[in-house]
Amino acid sequence: MASKSAPPGTRSVARSIKGARWAALLAGAALSGTAVAATWNLQPPATVIASDIHSLHEYVMLLVTVIFVGVFGFMFWAIFAHRKSKGHKAAQFHENVTIEIVWTVIPALILIAIVVPATKVVIAQKDTSNPDITIKATGYQWKWGYDYLKGEGAGISFLSNLATSRDQIEGRASKDGNYLLEVDHPLVVPVDKKVRIVTTGADVIHSWSVPAFGVKQDSIPGILRDTWFKADKTGTFRGQCSELCGKDHGFMPIVVKVVTEPQYAAWVAEQTKNNAAKK
Amino acid sequence: MSAVLDTHGQAHEHGHHDQHGGYGGVMRWITTTNHKDIGTMYLWFSFIMFIVGGVMALVIRSELFTPGLQIVNPEFFNQLTTMHGLVMIFGAIMPAFVGFANWLIPMQIGAPDMAFARMNNWSFWLLPFAASLLMISFFTPGGAPGVGWTMYAPLTVQQGMGMDFTIFAVHLLGMSSIMGSINIITTILNMRAPGMTLMKMPMFCWTWLITAYLLVAVMPVLAGAVTMTLTDRHFGTSFFNAAGGGDPVLYQHIFWFFGHPEVYIIALPAFGVISQVIPAFSRKPLFGYASMVYATSAIAILSFIVWAHHMYTTGMPVTGQLFFMYATTLIAIPTGVKVFNWVATMWKGSLSFETPMLFAIGFLLMFTLGGFSGLILSLVPIDIQLQDTYYVVAHFHYVMVAAALFSAFAGIYFWLPKWTGKMYDETLGKWHFWLSTIFFNMIFFVQHFLGLAGMPRRVPDYPLQFETWNRISTVGAFGFGLTQLLFLYIVVKTIRSGEKAPDKPWEGADSLEWTHLPSPAPYHSFETPPVLK
Amino acid sequence: MAQTATTNPRQHYFVPQPMPWPIMGSIALFCMATGAVFVFNSHHGGWISIALGFMILLYMLFRWFGAVIGESEAGKYGKWEDVSFRWGMSWFIFSEVMFFAGFFGALFYTRVLSVPDLASLESQALLWPNFTAHWPSAGPAFSEKFSPMAAWGLPAVNTLLLLSSGVTVTIAHWALKENKRAMLSLFLFFTVALGVAFLAFQATEYGHAYSELNLKLSTGVYGSTFFMLTGFHGFHVTLGAIMLSVILVRCLLGHFKPDHHFAFEAVAWYWHFVDVVWLGLFIFVYWL
Ligand code: HEA
Ligand code: HEA
Ligand code: CUA
Ligand SMILES: [Cu+2]
Repeated sequence: MASKSAPPGTRSVARSIKGARWAALLAGAALSGTAVAATWNLQPPATVIASDIHSLHEYVMLLVTVIFVGVFGFMFWAIFAHRKSKGHKAAQFHENVTIEIVWTVIPALILIAIVVPATKVVIAQKDTSNPDITIKATGYQWKWGYDYLKGEGAGISFLSNLATSRDQIEGRASKDGNYLLEVDHPLVVPVDKKVRIVTTGADVIHSWSVPAFGVKQDSIPGILRDTWFKADKTGTFRGQCSELCGKDHGFMPIVVKVVTEPQYAAWVAEQTKNNAAKK
Repeated sequence: MSAVLDTHGQAHEHGHHDQHGGYGGVMRWITTTNHKDIGTMYLWFSFIMFIVGGVMALVIRSELFTPGLQIVNPEFFNQLTTMHGLVMIFGAIMPAFVGFANWLIPMQIGAPDMAFARMNNWSFWLLPFAASLLMISFFTPGGAPGVGWTMYAPLTVQQGMGMDFTIFAVHLLGMSSIMGSINIITTILNMRAPGMTLMKMPMFCWTWLITAYLLVAVMPVLAGAVTMTLTDRHFGTSFFNAAGGGDPVLYQHIFWFFGHPEVYIIALPAFGVISQVIPAFSRKPLFGYASMVYATSAIAILSFIVWAHHMYTTGMPVTGQLFFMYATTLIAIPTGVKVFNWVATMWKGSLSFETPMLFAIGFLLMFTLGGFSGLILSLVPIDIQLQDTYYVVAHFHYVMVAAALFSAFAGIYFWLPKWTGKMYDETLGKWHFWLSTIFFNMIFFVQHFLGLAGMPRRVPDYPLQFETWNRISTVGAFGFGLTQLLFLYIVVKTIRSGEKAPDKPWEGADSLEWTHLPSPAPYHSFETPPVLK
Repeated sequence: MAQTATTNPRQHYFVPQPMPWPIMGSIALFCMATGAVFVFNSHHGGWISIALGFMILLYMLFRWFGAVIGESEAGKYGKWEDVSFRWGMSWFIFSEVMFFAGFFGALFYTRVLSVPDLASLESQALLWPNFTAHWPSAGPAFSEKFSPMAAWGLPAVNTLLLLSSGVTVTIAHWALKENKRAMLSLFLFFTVALGVAFLAFQATEYGHAYSELNLKLSTGVYGSTFFMLTGFHGFHVTLGAIMLSVILVRCLLGHFKPDHHFAFEAVAWYWHFVDVVWLGLFIFVYWL
């Protein structure tokens, strides 16, 4: 996105909208001021599950596109060939058992071809057994709390708040590239390790979601649920709370930093030291 | 379904003297027991609600025009989202189709009126009061509930008294729907003219019969769900509170047990309208009538066992996810049968493209598109990515706006000549169609991209990378809204100065209201049953 | 528009004249709803609004049903209308069944899924130490002691009462068909009396629950499901008893004929429905 490092001036469109909202809207200013490189597909996957989801999505999209073109090919053919203005006389048939059986059975077969691969992904996705690290993620109105329960780093716990400033949100300061996707304490995990996230909620339902991992799990007050991921590359991955949880639902992002194992060990050591110092 | 009949003469005998039973002016509308009056009121009420809900959508879209908070604060944004959903579903779309049912079912089956004409009046007159309760909630301390139309616990427990107003509004809406449905079922089962067997009824009556059954089955469940919310809020019950042994997810199960059939409650009457319009403009009987009936019933039955596809991310056991995934995908089969039947009806017809037919074709294309996005959502792994994102918003606006609303437009243009005795302006009607279609896709097609890329729904603000599509969507929304002003103009113009309509303006139309009644349909039709061969 | 339904039963269907009662009903419900919201949120004037709404509702029901009874007695409803009434009542009862199904669903869900889930090992470790799955349960955070309602005391008596009232109303129906008016009224009276006795016992039972068992609406999910299910049932028994009383009065006034008495049958159906719901309650709420 070009606007990532944009100087304050580029955001002026937003402000002029604020001033002369309706006029600016109807003037068709829609596209000015935004970069062309808009995202329109699933985020690049960083886990096997996420890439499975990618392929599944592409596969089903392909199938439905073919069906769509097929069905409406017939319809448009009829629209062009069988129009009254061309003098086409209406046939009067209105039943054909064979064709009706055909178009019941073929979709059924297509569905089987769809749910079989989907089932495989579901089963893999739900398998939270034998994790290397277990972390509890608690949804609060409106921040996340993380407790490392098992594995390397067990005992670490901290809260993770939105780091984007009020000024940016309310338009008094220019917006950073990671506007609304920045937290003060990201979750840190090692690469290539199976991380199990146990979710719960403190007040209302939230949802812990990181699209690049193919993970989304509601965090429900008083109830435990779990999910897992195993990131196959290092980097910073971002998601947002995905269940309406009150006024700041849009303002409680999830940021996960995937680091190499030595970096993780160092981070754990530092956290443990800090914790000890606090006590 | 041809027949010989005397209604013309008979209808005129009953002139205007005794028809309102002594009440005039406003009281006529308040007290009326006439299905046509009541149908008209339903339709106007629905249009008003459509504008109310639409204006809310415009505020939502304006706020989302660009990142940052500009016009409304987050609390109010959530309230708007909630009320937009509730008003559109319960205020605009459902009453619109009940309006159609009132106008058409008695005429199509040759009945003098609805079976319970007084209760029919009450079904309607509950609505304005329920709508008032909803609107009052905006003016209470704390405002309207900001919980989404799905009203998930325990967020509902945190709300102010606006939540209680909404709960009672839902109760009244439920009563209205149940009474309306009992009326429709009874009318169809008991009031058909001799010779009008069930399997000869117009498809529209069939779809409503099944819809009404769904309504009677699920509206009470919704009432139960919101009642539990009410007692959790005020009387210390723990249905949705884990500390007391309950479970917030229980609410979702109950809600979606209602909620999923509800979406077919919206869709089935729309299918019914389309099944009248397409044959009429294809000049060819509906293809596969019997299989349409079975498909519709199959959809209704399946709709009871798929509800948890809205809840894949709540973390149910893998067997549950698989069961609900399989059941959900099955719905594609009967729905596909319907789509194929419509296309087969057009095949080798003698097609013409007046406004109702244009809307019907638009419906076909966009409903199928929305159905496919539904199918994609029904697959657990993909839904985990897409649930609570704008992809879902795109999906359901395709099936509810492009499908249900467009078919309502198709139906209104189709029957306006029968209702008013006047023809609408064909050129303007076509403009309405094309503008609506273009702007509709501008609003909602791009939302698929937003959802895929991960933009959550029900947020007043969003990260920068989502800006482009949001801008396009907002501009589209204003275009779509303005286009609906054109629709209002067309309808008013028809009523005031439209050309006189013939009794049967559509060559291929063959149900009783066209073949046996003049345009406009007389105030009392079929006081004695028509004779059908 | 005079109809003689007898000559040709499907010639004329009775379509009533316009009347203002429906909208009055809406106004009544609106007042009651608004009043209730005010009461729940401790605002002034709530009770007044509820009372006002209730009075309007009573008046409206009185006039509306009065009109219907008048029409019925005037012979305006023939076979055709009668069939409509039957469909209407059946579907109404179906909707009531679904209403109770929602609450039964909640009960089963908590018993089978949520309570055991809350007591799972991980849940015990992380959220609710020491909570074990058992029923009745008031949930992990409920610390007071309470006793569940025993099945074989008053509830069993109530089961007997309701079951016998199902029998008496059937006898009354039989008497009506045989045109034995005295027996009709007598057994109808027994039915009402049994219903009232049921309600009295139910009230006693509630008092017992609150004062001795420490079992309240707020006693976790057990209290919630117990009182909501039995409470809504009791409410329906009350409605049924009122409807039966109206029918009783009409019988005493000489209404209904052996072959034409749909109002009676409708109320009897309703009463049986309430009865069946009670059996479900007795088995799943009290007994098992
Ligand atoms: C009119 C309303 C309507 C209709 C008809 C549908 C139809 C369908 N819906 Fe949709 N849906 C909604 C309204 C509707 N929906 C709403 C309002 C929500 C969101 C509620 C909220 O959260 O606020 C929602 C959400 C929703 C979800 C949850 C998303 C989420 O929150 O994560 C899912 C998931 O399974 C889903 C699936 C489906 C499916 C499979 C269909 C199927 O019925 C579609 C079937 C049709 C077709 C498939 C196309 C035609 C078929 C063919 C041409 C045959 C050949 C095809 C194949 C073999 C594939 N819907
Ligand atoms: C059938 C139901 C229906 C209909 C018809 C619509 C119609 C529209 N909806 Fe939708 N919508 C829902 C049902 C419906 N909606 C539901 C159930 C939700 C979920 C709520 C929830 O999350 O809880 C939702 C949510 C929803 C969202 C997501 C909000 C969020 O997640 O925060 C958005 C955002 O774009 C949106 C937009 C629109 C738009 C632009 C229209 C347009 O089609 C509206 C067009 C109509 C008008 C604009 C009014 C008429 C015209 C005038 C008044 C003339 C004046 C006009 C001008 C001056 C321009 N809707
Ligand atoms: Cu937390 Cu949404
Ligand atoms: Cu659904």
